[in-house]
Amino acid sequence: MREVEFDDIVKSIKTMIVHTAYNLPKDAMDALNKAYDEEKSPVCKEVLKQILENAEIARTEDRPLCQDTGLAVFFVKVGEDFRVKGGSLRDAINKGTEIGYKEGYLRASTCDCFTRDNLKDKVGYNLPAVIHFDLVEGDKLDIEYAAKGGGSENVSRATVLAPAQGKPGILKFVKEVISNAGPNPCPPIIVGIGIGGTFEKAAISSKHALFREAGTDNENPELDEFEKEILEELNKLGIGAMGMGGTKTVLAVHIERQPCHIASLPVSVNVQCHSSRHSHIVL
Amino acid sequence: MSKTYHLTMPLSDEDVIQLKAGDIVYLTGTMFTARDAAHKRLVDLIDEGKELPFDLKGSVIYFVGPTPPKPGDPIGSAGPTTSYRMDAYSPLLISKGQKGMIGKGKRNQAVKDACQKYKAIYFGATGGAGALIGKTIKSAEVIAYPELGPEAIRKLGVEDFPVTVINDTYGNDLYDIGRAKFEIKD
Repeated sequence: MREVEFDDIVKSIKTMIVHTAYNLPKDAMDALNKAYDEEKSPVCKEVLKQILENAEIARTEDRPLCQDTGLAVFFVKVGEDFRVKGGSLRDAINKGTEIGYKEGYLRASTCDCFTRDNLKDKVGYNLPAVIHFDLVEGDKLDIEYAAKGGGSENVSRATVLAPAQGKPGILKFVKEVISNAGPNPCPPIIVGIGIGGTFEKAAISSKHALFREAGTDNENPELDEFEKEILEELNKLGIGAMGMGGTKTVLAVHIERQPCHIASLPVSVNVQCHSSRHSHIVL
Repeated sequence: MSKTYHLTMPLSDEDVIQLKAGDIVYLTGTMFTARDAAHKRLVDLIDEGKELPFDLKGSVIYFVGPTPPKPGDPIGSAGPTTSYRMDAYSPLLISKGQKGMIGKGKRNQAVKDACQKYKAIYFGATGGAGALIGKTIKSAEVIAYPELGPEAIRKLGVEDFPVTVINDTYGNDLYDIGRAKFEIKD
């Protein structure tokens, strides 16, 4: 059994939160630079230039890339031989999140669903974090983190198709979701697609698909081909950067798939704005 | 062909009627911030016949909930939020003299109609460019509803705040025009 101090986890989470809010990761920068080079619309090229300039200002001046510093979303793989000393893992992640958001001058964006009152004083500053735990073999703690903004969540959708609809049905659904979203989710976007499992499993997979580095191939050749087909179809929509009309609406499409019920074909589409802020640590 | 303008707020009818969807505008002067919660309160005040915390005449309202400022800065990162959440409130404010809105994303027909009827503009700012836009904001002061936190109404002093005309006073919509140019239909 390997033990790590509660406070060390808090510190790691805090550092991760602040760093991710100020620094656009390399995969997102590369994808945006490529889009800038290839974009045919002058208006969208200008928008992409602003987005890249913004990333440079945020990085060099330690400023949040976007005022929507998101809800904190974690995918955590806990080794069966790993233990936190002096507290619970959930508490450590929440505490690190709160300190990071507060000390990094990030926005407290959690509110009550009905009264819409900000919960920073009642529950905690930008708490609770959204944490997906998974138990795995070994003695490591693997943490993937993303700051997930509201605008792109608002256009995300899940459904359960009839099995007969198959791949064409999935493509049609994804295209409808992205077409209806138009300029709202801050394109150019990354599209996470969860296929299979159950209703909620597809949704969680579509979120996790966004954590993969943009520009990398899917390990499964069939899914890789499907991703490229969907990407090409989505970029025909003409939405462009910030919806001004252009050729680069989607930077990448990522699919995660698992077996499903014989009666169902669950599909979920989770949209990520161009400010794709994510990071990964292994303790 | 899109044109570039430098305008000083508050805006007049003459300022806004020259603008066309796709034009680039740099705004200087005083603007006000408000998101959904603050909009609801403004509309309630109008319905009750009470005075508003700022003069709507010629005003530009920026849909933003900024991050907290670092010590020495007037404001933190301050990019636009998605505008459709203000669709329920904007037409009434426009009918009372508001001349500009700044946000991102589509507006409904009622807002576009109000822009045409009362001569107002919906400007788009680049979403996710909060650090860049924040630098054009030289002063910020909470003037109403501090309890709303990031959603409080702020008075901003800005210099060359960069925006693009999305909906003009002639019923044009840049999102429709731009997309039609690049959409490939099967």
